[in-house]
Amino acid sequence: MIANNRLTEAEYAENFSDIHPAYTNPNAALVDANRCLFCYDAPCTKSCPTSIDVPKFIKQITTANIKGSAHTIFSSNILGAGCSKVCPVEKLCEGSCVYNLLDEAPIPIALLQRYSTEKAIANNWQLFTRKPSTGKKVAIVGAGPSGLSCAFNLSKEGVDVTIYEKESKGGGLMTYGIAAYKVTPEFCEDEVNYILSIGGIEIKYNMALGTDITIAELQSQYDAVYLAFGVGLARKLNVPGEDLTGVVDAISFIYDLRANGYSSVPVGDKVAVIGLGMTAIDAATQAKRLGAKEVSIVYRRTQDEMPCTQVELDIAMLDGCKLIWLAAPKEVLGADGKATHLVCSKMKLGEPDASGRRSPVETDETFILEVDMVIKAAGQMPFEALVNGSSLNNKSGKVSVEDKSVTSINGVFAGGDCVNGGKEVVDAVQAGKDGAKAILNFIA
Amino acid sequence: MADISSNFLGIKSPNPFWLASAPPTDKKINVLRAFEAGWGGVVWKTLGSQVKNVSSRYSAVDYGGSRIMGFNNIELISDRPLAINLKEITECIKLFPDRAMIVSLMADNDRNSWHELIKKCEDAGAMGFELNFGCPHGMTERGMGASVGQDPEIARMVVEWVMEKATIPVITKLTPNVHSVVPTGKAVVEAGTNALSLINTIQSVTGIDLDTLVPNPYVAGKSVFGGYCGPAVKPIALKFLTTIAQNETTSKVPVSGIGGVSTWKDAVEFMLLGASTVQVCTAAMKHGFRIVEDMCEGLNNWMDEKGYAKIEDFIGKSVEKITHWEDLDINYHITAKINQDKCIHCGLCYIACEDTSHQSIKLDYGKPYNTYTIKEEECVGCNLCKLVCPVDQCITMEEHRVAPEYINWKQWQEQGLPLNDH
Repeated sequence: MIANNRLTEAEYAENFSDIHPAYTNPNAALVDANRCLFCYDAPCTKSCPTSIDVPKFIKQITTANIKGSAHTIFSSNILGAGCSKVCPVEKLCEGSCVYNLLDEAPIPIALLQRYSTEKAIANNWQLFTRKPSTGKKVAIVGAGPSGLSCAFNLSKEGVDVTIYEKESKGGGLMTYGIAAYKVTPEFCEDEVNYILSIGGIEIKYNMALGTDITIAELQSQYDAVYLAFGVGLARKLNVPGEDLTGVVDAISFIYDLRANGYSSVPVGDKVAVIGLGMTAIDAATQAKRLGAKEVSIVYRRTQDEMPCTQVELDIAMLDGCKLIWLAAPKEVLGADGKATHLVCSKMKLGEPDASGRRSPVETDETFILEVDMVIKAAGQMPFEALVNGSSLNNKSGKVSVEDKSVTSINGVFAGGDCVNGGKEVVDAVQAGKDGAKAILNFIA
Repeated sequence: MADISSNFLGIKSPNPFWLASAPPTDKKINVLRAFEAGWGGVVWKTLGSQVKNVSSRYSAVDYGGSRIMGFNNIELISDRPLAINLKEITECIKLFPDRAMIVSLMADNDRNSWHELIKKCEDAGAMGFELNFGCPHGMTERGMGASVGQDPEIARMVVEWVMEKATIPVITKLTPNVHSVVPTGKAVVEAGTNALSLINTIQSVTGIDLDTLVPNPYVAGKSVFGGYCGPAVKPIALKFLTTIAQNETTSKVPVSGIGGVSTWKDAVEFMLLGASTVQVCTAAMKHGFRIVEDMCEGLNNWMDEKGYAKIEDFIGKSVEKITHWEDLDINYHITAKINQDKCIHCGLCYIACEDTSHQSIKLDYGKPYNTYTIKEEECVGCNLCKLVCPVDQCITMEEHRVAPEYINWKQWQEQGLPLNDH
């Protein structure tokens, strides 16, 4: 049975509370900060897509220079607060901390980053001064991490920025697409407001590219355009029965949960999640936390090839989600228009594919899972129709760029998920920085 | 099991660990707790004319997240009535007759005052005296404490007064607030003191409150110079101790070592440079008296491992190993070696050498881990990389003599050997 309102308010609150609670007192932060060795040409910094000077910001915590610490972080990554909560640090900064090589716990870089940046946001420290307006105007499509990062770095240099956002809130997938126990919608709103507080950035909400505005219109009104419209819904399964009630998209499932509140979101008794990326984990764990009795994650390869990190997998397993390896959906069966069973093919590993991972090959064997809900989370689809409707060069809907952000249209730049097809928030932030740099060059 | 007991001029204690004259020894309740914990002896907090103290009294220097790397105080000598102190001293001796009971003295600056104080303390049962010629704060403004210790002739005169009267061993405690402790040390040994102890605290300002702009410790909007002690002063104490151990006159008397002793290892180092006993204060004030347990056990285990049966077997053994610079062997040469299996690629050795030393470490960029190797021909063997490396035994120094024979700076000059090897 699919139903909402399965738990009490207290249960929802507990299930969706912060998975990595902040330091409760400065002493705890100091103990961890003082462990940092202050490496030279630090591996943590080199493992951060935005190259945050980690040893420096941690050293600044030890000297009680929290403003300086936050400034160091935000100089490289204006979404440093959000990234401290959502980054898969186990494969980035913390994963390369030299303490790992001593078999000691790495420095909790994310937690320390959160410590400094949350203080900055809570106290509304103005750490950057916008240069006087140059009179140059840039339009940005999408107020997600890439668009916000680009906007901030342009505005800082005196460019007047207008962001066109199709939703009614900024933050993009930070606001609408990540597990609530990592970041709350309220936090995302604070972060967006903090970024905007530098001035010179206007967001026009409920304005979608292709519907309300076109690239050509933007080009005529602005000196340059930056496209950061992200990616769309989850990839289709392309199996019979996909249209049955109960087969849902992970992106809209998480969107509803974040936009409309936990108790309003219906969830099945027996849920199958297809895929094993970060979004699949977020969908599976949150289905469980909304009160689903059984959640099975169906993945077509093995643990060696999984796209999520071990830390993420552990969260799902600790939540009681079941893992079904080497299995792919073949058909959704139903009764009265509602999904009742998921037929899966058993898979085996074949030759390595383009990603270097061994590709799954279908066998003759199948098995059937009893389900009332299937959540599709096997990657997101680019906005192919939108991109094809423009003259942008692209690869199956992913905008093609040269020199990191230059598109095939003069004066139009792009970055983030709409270019790379969907990576981490921190990658999108870096793309926004690259875009801003290219645009400043272009309009100079 | 080694014998760690001590016999200092006939004053016996079950171990060489005494509590220094300071707040932990200013009354019976503390001293009894110390003896119960196992301390070998105490130097009772300085007695003299009664004084008043202020609040606050202490401040500290923290470092790298650790509390009290250095410590200072502006407390004066005992502010309790002399009669109570003397009564309690007698009671403590009665309860723990096997422990050393030394009484620290700082009488007013006249012969009579010293004689009277000595008589009263001997009557109370004191086993020895320590003359406080070192207190660097408060008492100095009254011409006492360090003011006495800083002038060899005044110190000599006071010791002469003391020796006229005292019938028990007299230890003279030296101040480090001088360019050398030897002149005063010599003067008091010549005047007849039976032993020396050093160092007293060092005049200091530990820091300033950046909100109030008032230095520490804070007393109603003001501060004064305080006496600095704790782990930070140990190297300075060891240096002064060595100069006493190497001087012909001062080396004739036993020494009680003081200054930042926190562990059995610190104690052994003081003893290797000539101290027969050591005195502890800051470490006890930080952790309580229980630290003496590991001090005794650690000393015992070390002595067993090294084959020393009693403490006299190793006291002073390192004194001859500190020489003059011009006697050092110039042909001795070492170079650093980085064990790549142990290296964690933190780059601390590299940046230290590159920015501040001899650019002797090669960097090969990697993502995320760089590789660091020593450029042996550039390395001067300074130790810096080894000192900053966070991994034990990752960087070692290997001997590569320039030539087999010993040659020192004097000989080098005599032979007209070339200076510029850059």
